Amino acid sequence: MLEIRNLHARIVDDGTEIIRGLNLTVKAGEVAAIMGPNGSGKSTLSYILAGREDYEVTEGDILYNGQSILEMDPAERATSGIFLAFQYPMEIPGVATMEFLKVAVNEQRKARGEEPLKIPEFLKRVKDAAALLDMDMAMLKRPLNVGFSGGEKKRAEILQMKLLEPKLCVLDETDSGLDIDALKIVSEGVNALRAPDRAIVIITHYQRLLQYIVPDSVHVLYRGQVVKSGDKSLALDLEANGYAGVIGQAA
Amino acid sequence: MNIHTTPQRTPAETALIDAFSDRLSLLPGDGTVMLKRDDAIEAIKSGLPTRRIESWHYTDLRRLLTSVPDFDPAAVAKAIAPVVEGSAVLPVLNGVSSTKVPDIEGIAVQRLSEKLTDGSAAPGLDAYGADDAIGALNTAFVADGYFVDIADGTELDKPIELQNLQAGGQTHVRLSVRVGAGAKAVIVERQAGEGAALVSSVSQLLLEEGADVTWLIVQEQPDTATHLAQFKAHLGKDAKLTLFVMNAGGKLVRQEVVVRTTGEGADFTLRGINLLAGDTHTDVTMVLDHAVPHTASTEVIRNVVTGRARGIFQGRINVHQYAQKTNAKMACNTLLLSDDGEFSTKPELEIFADDVVCGHGATVTEIDHSHLFYLMARGIDEKTARGLLVKAFVAEVIEELDDEAIVEALETRLDGWFAAHG
Repeated sequence: MLEIRNLHARIVDDGTEIIRGLNLTVKAGEVAAIMGPNGSGKSTLSYILAGREDYEVTEGDILYNGQSILEMDPAERATSGIFLAFQYPMEIPGVATMEFLKVAVNEQRKARGEEPLKIPEFLKRVKDAAALLDMDMAMLKRPLNVGFSGGEKKRAEILQMKLLEPKLCVLDETDSGLDIDALKIVSEGVNALRAPDRAIVIITHYQRLLQYIVPDSVHVLYRGQVVKSGDKSLALDLEANGYAGVIGQAA
Repeated sequence: MNIHTTPQRTPAETALIDAFSDRLSLLPGDGTVMLKRDDAIEAIKSGLPTRRIESWHYTDLRRLLTSVPDFDPAAVAKAIAPVVEGSAVLPVLNGVSSTKVPDIEGIAVQRLSEKLTDGSAAPGLDAYGADDAIGALNTAFVADGYFVDIADGTELDKPIELQNLQAGGQTHVRLSVRVGAGAKAVIVERQAGEGAALVSSVSQLLLEEGADVTWLIVQEQPDTATHLAQFKAHLGKDAKLTLFVMNAGGKLVRQEVVVRTTGEGADFTLRGINLLAGDTHTDVTMVLDHAVPHTASTEVIRNVVTGRARGIFQGRINVHQYAQKTNAKMACNTLLLSDDGEFSTKPELEIFADDVVCGHGATVTEIDHSHLFYLMARGIDEKTARGLLVKAFVAEVIEELDDEAIVEALETRLDGWFAAHG
């Protein structure tokens, strides 16, 4: 489903190269974890997948279902089924959360040639998703993410993911800022989205999240490259021994 | 030998002076009113204000008012649906008030033409300063409007909409409202029409002790009209006024806001949104006098500027020497969406008291790219996402009004503007 080939990318503003020849393949139905120390390029990778303009791909390609997505803008990527759950979701004053959800759901449906959802059906879907994530509907009447706690923001991201039903989910440090109860709820929300036709990429610092969302593959990112891949036991190994061993082998 | 010190009259000035001679016999008023009209036209004869007059520095009326249309008494304007559903509508159509107005308990409505004829409207016709060109223009020509008296203790459950609809030509209207002690009301001042009109409209509001009023000015003139408006209010003891101004049209617009707190505990809130597009000029000029101790005010103006539009906000707060414990805050934020758009802000604080809290701030920004990315990352195309963010920028101010029916009604006006200019 996702194939990243020899990807090189840099920050547009200052030309700093962050991704330096990254290769990664994630199949449909697979849950892949990307781990790595601070500054290894994990979040940058997630932004590049979503199409953020602050980064420029200088070499290599990103194929999604066999097609390059490099020329697509963020909205086109999203409507084609790519979803990024942000590490730091933006607070947008003045945009009502419900209104935003409705526009997003219906814009995506429109792009796929589907009819917009009728209001009762839309509300039902939001209510169901909110219940699953133990979210208060009153929160969704507030402006988007404004005044949400860290945990509430993360839940709101997963709620959006559930409503938009993407095919490729990229979760950037979704576990940061979550207490253990919230972590369980969010993990259940993600696990409920596991499907044979859907791939999930989990970017995380710690093994903790992977106890709840068990990955099929684990990849270690260091200095903009995948330096080691393995199964879930690799995450346990990293937890026990730190990144030093893996990084040492790569260097 | 004569030395000419006054510059030659502009076509607009000449047209106004000629129109006054033509209209004089038709204008209602007793001796006092007619004398005030004479004074007013004399002020116009000495010339429309230019940029050399400080309060008109950004709106050189003499240069900008290039032509003045003739009166067109035969033109027809039709009443329109009110901004807030269910409002009681008092229409002024092509400058003429209606003989049939809704009968509401606690409210007495008089046609202003009658109050001009019997002279009881005369005291309100005085200019508030030497630079009061809008007041002068209106005093010279005003023929009608309404005087509304809301009895003490009346609490209106539905808004009153004062609807001033032009049909081209000239209209000069005055809307006068007294709100009795402890009374509570929402009043919509609707300014719209279909012609290339010259409109002058003066609103006068008197709030007695403890009165609580939300006054919404919704200005949606066509981009061929010149709209010169003035809103003057006196706030008595513990009176509360929330003034909301929405400018979403007009070719040349000046909205003056003149507010004076005359009773302790008075509270004034100004919220404004200016939606500026095309090749237009819109000026909101406020003069606020904190004349007694223990009064508060906040002013927030949000502007969206596209095309070659030009906008101005002048906010002057005078804190009189005796007005200790005044609390005043003013902010003007602009979202500039085009290279050729322009917005000028001039805050002025003149403080003669030493125990006050006063502040002001102004910002000019573009759309936040990280916000845009976030919305697009959810599949919302760039144009729609930009629209959402621009709307959000101004909707924030509307939502502060905290009344669902009003907020919804104003957001509908907002959507209308974005649909036409997005």
